[in-house]
Amino acid sequence: MSDMSTVLILVDALDGKVSSAVGELATFGKRIGEVVAVVAANDGAGVAAQLSSFAIDRAIICTGADFASHSIAPIAEALAAAVAKESPTAVLITSTARGKEIAARLAVRTNSGLLTDAVDIDADAIATQSVFGGSTTVHSAVNHGTSIVTLRSNSVEVQSGSGPATTEVLAVAISDSAKKSSVTSLEATVKGGRPELTEASVVVSGGRGTNGDFAPVEAFADSMGAAVGASRAATDAGWYPHSHQVGQTGKTVSPSLYVACGISGAIQHRAGMQTSKMIVAINKDPEAPIFELADYGVVGDLFAVLPQATTAINARK
Amino acid sequence: MAGGVLDRASVDAVLNDLDEYAVEEALRIVEAHSPTGESGEASGHTITLISMGPDRATDAIRKALSMGADDAIHICDDAFAGSDALATSLVLAEVIKKNGYDLIICGTESTDARMSVVPAMLAERLGYAQMTFAGSVTVDPATSSIAISRVTEIGIEKMTAALPAVVSVVEKINEPRYPSFKGIMAAKKKTITSMALADTGLAAEAVGAKAAWSSVKDALPRPPRGAGIKVEDTGNGGSALVEFLAEKRLV
Ligand SMILES: Cc1cc2nc3c(=O)[nH]c(=O)nc-3n(C[C@H](O)[C@H](O)[C@H](O)COP(=O)(O)OP(=O)(O)OC[C@H]3O[C@@H](n4cnc5c(N)ncnc54)[C@H](O)[C@@H]3O)c2cc1C
Ligand SMILES: Nc1ncnc2c1ncn2[C@@H]1O[C@H](COP(=O)(O)O)[C@@H](O)[C@H]1O
Repeated sequence: MSDMSTVLILVDALDGKVSSAVGELATFGKRIGEVVAVVAANDGAGVAAQLSSFAIDRAIICTGADFASHSIAPIAEALAAAVAKESPTAVLITSTARGKEIAARLAVRTNSGLLTDAVDIDADAIATQSVFGGSTTVHSAVNHGTSIVTLRSNSVEVQSGSGPATTEVLAVAISDSAKKSSVTSLEATVKGGRPELTEASVVVSGGRGTNGDFAPVEAFADSMGAAVGASRAATDAGWYPHSHQVGQTGKTVSPSLYVACGISGAIQHRAGMQTSKMIVAINKDPEAPIFELADYGVVGDLFAVLPQATTAINARK
Repeated sequence: MAGGVLDRASVDAVLNDLDEYAVEEALRIVEAHSPTGESGEASGHTITLISMGPDRATDAIRKALSMGADDAIHICDDAFAGSDALATSLVLAEVIKKNGYDLIICGTESTDARMSVVPAMLAERLGYAQMTFAGSVTVDPATSSIAISRVTEIGIEKMTAALPAVVSVVEKINEPRYPSFKGIMAAKKKTITSMALADTGLAAEAVGAKAAWSSVKDALPRPPRGAGIKVEDTGNGGSALVEFLAEKRLV
């Protein structure tokens, strides 16, 4: 596409920290044109300062609301103001539940088409999505307004860059209606030093087969620098927090490596993990459906296999 | 107080199981505040089910009515076929605006199109407070306010807003009831109002497949995952796994 194209990428750093997902958006954006990072966060300057290693040409810091306490709507309005100013070809947003809702409101505000859960996007803003539980790959394009596309993290290797050359402040008049819901408290999940589930390049999940003991799952995850996930059977039993549930009604993950331990592979669980690049399953039932999608399956007891694997990995370090 | 419960994906002619949680939550909210313990005109609290879908959606609507909702609006017209999330939210918002509700409760996603964006689009179109992915909901009719708690990427968030609001509920919020015999009999007498394109006041160009603002260029079956390796653990399964990961440069 021509050099005239501009792409906006949303830097949504709710906890003040910019994640590598922003670097992925910049990497995708570069294929289409000039990359402009839109920062909509309370500490805008502090957040913008964390963009220096990414392939970003310019940064716009939006002000006008307490973004943290009104959640999604003001961020969509800030982005809409940046769209009005820059007339971009595309707006790229990370495909989390929150990112998709911001994108949804932006699509309504700007009369634009929306594509969610993309895993790739080309120079003409044609997005690749994986549908029907990963069985079909579709290529789609927006044909009205600005292309608003949400992209799953772990979809591309982050290309490094020299960060925004210029940073400007955009004072946005956020409407009263965008401030209607207020966050009254936020109890941050204790991460225990592990990466965020939807952003991790390796996810190790435990299911009913753990029988409530996640210690071997966590130990293996830590040896791999991985995030820990869980099936709904495990979260419903109270063995692991709901925020770690992978699947249709939990998080969607697409890491380089997904390790399912004591998980049968129900369709609702698959929906959240089957676009992972490499899938490993450990299950003592050789007939477990999870083996149908595993690149490598170990038929065995997770309480024997995981500790041995953990020891082997730690020995390699 | 009047609440609307949305069921978008009635495509399977069964109540989208995620929407059952929305119906159940509406019933619980009304029951908590109704002097009679039930919804209905007499209690001052009513629940209307709003469903956009083809003819066969009526079975799903009857089921929700038999759970206890008071009446239903079935938005049905071939002109709506192929509507994307933007068009669907437009149609629903028009119908909601015509009637006016204090609370709109939705499931978090349709089981077919898994985008989870319609509730946020509705909140944007209506200018109502957005209270999505709620794991618990408390409504206070006296102050006309709502409080929710939800699990987000970074933790447990509590939010409040003045009504009207658009809420979406996650499936952990409740255990949907089974319709009772009495409920099934009562549902037969409840009103389902049909609305076609003309009743919504929208132009034919604004809805359906022709109004879709994105288009599929091609769809290819994903190459089947190559038959994976499956090994039985005979004592060194863990070490063998790590060797495999090392070969693939994953450790
Ligand atoms: C509307 C709806 C939404 C849902 N959403 C989700 C969702 O988001 N995520 C989700 O995960 N599920 C979801 N489910 C539930 C889903 O259908 C399954 O019930 C669930 O995934 C099962 O979890 P599991 O695999 O851990 O348990 P099980 O199916 O009970 O499987 C346990 C497995 O562990 C193996 N095992 C037992 N002991 C050991 C051992 N010592 N070593 C190795 N293997 C062992 C067994 O062979 C078995 O295969 C949903 C269901 C519904 C109806
Ligand atoms: N005849 C119809 N009347 C009302 N809504 C419909 C009709 N056909 C499809 N829809 C809705 O339009 C959306 C797109 O569905 P589909 O046409 O199956 O792609 C879904 O929300 C359907 O429920």
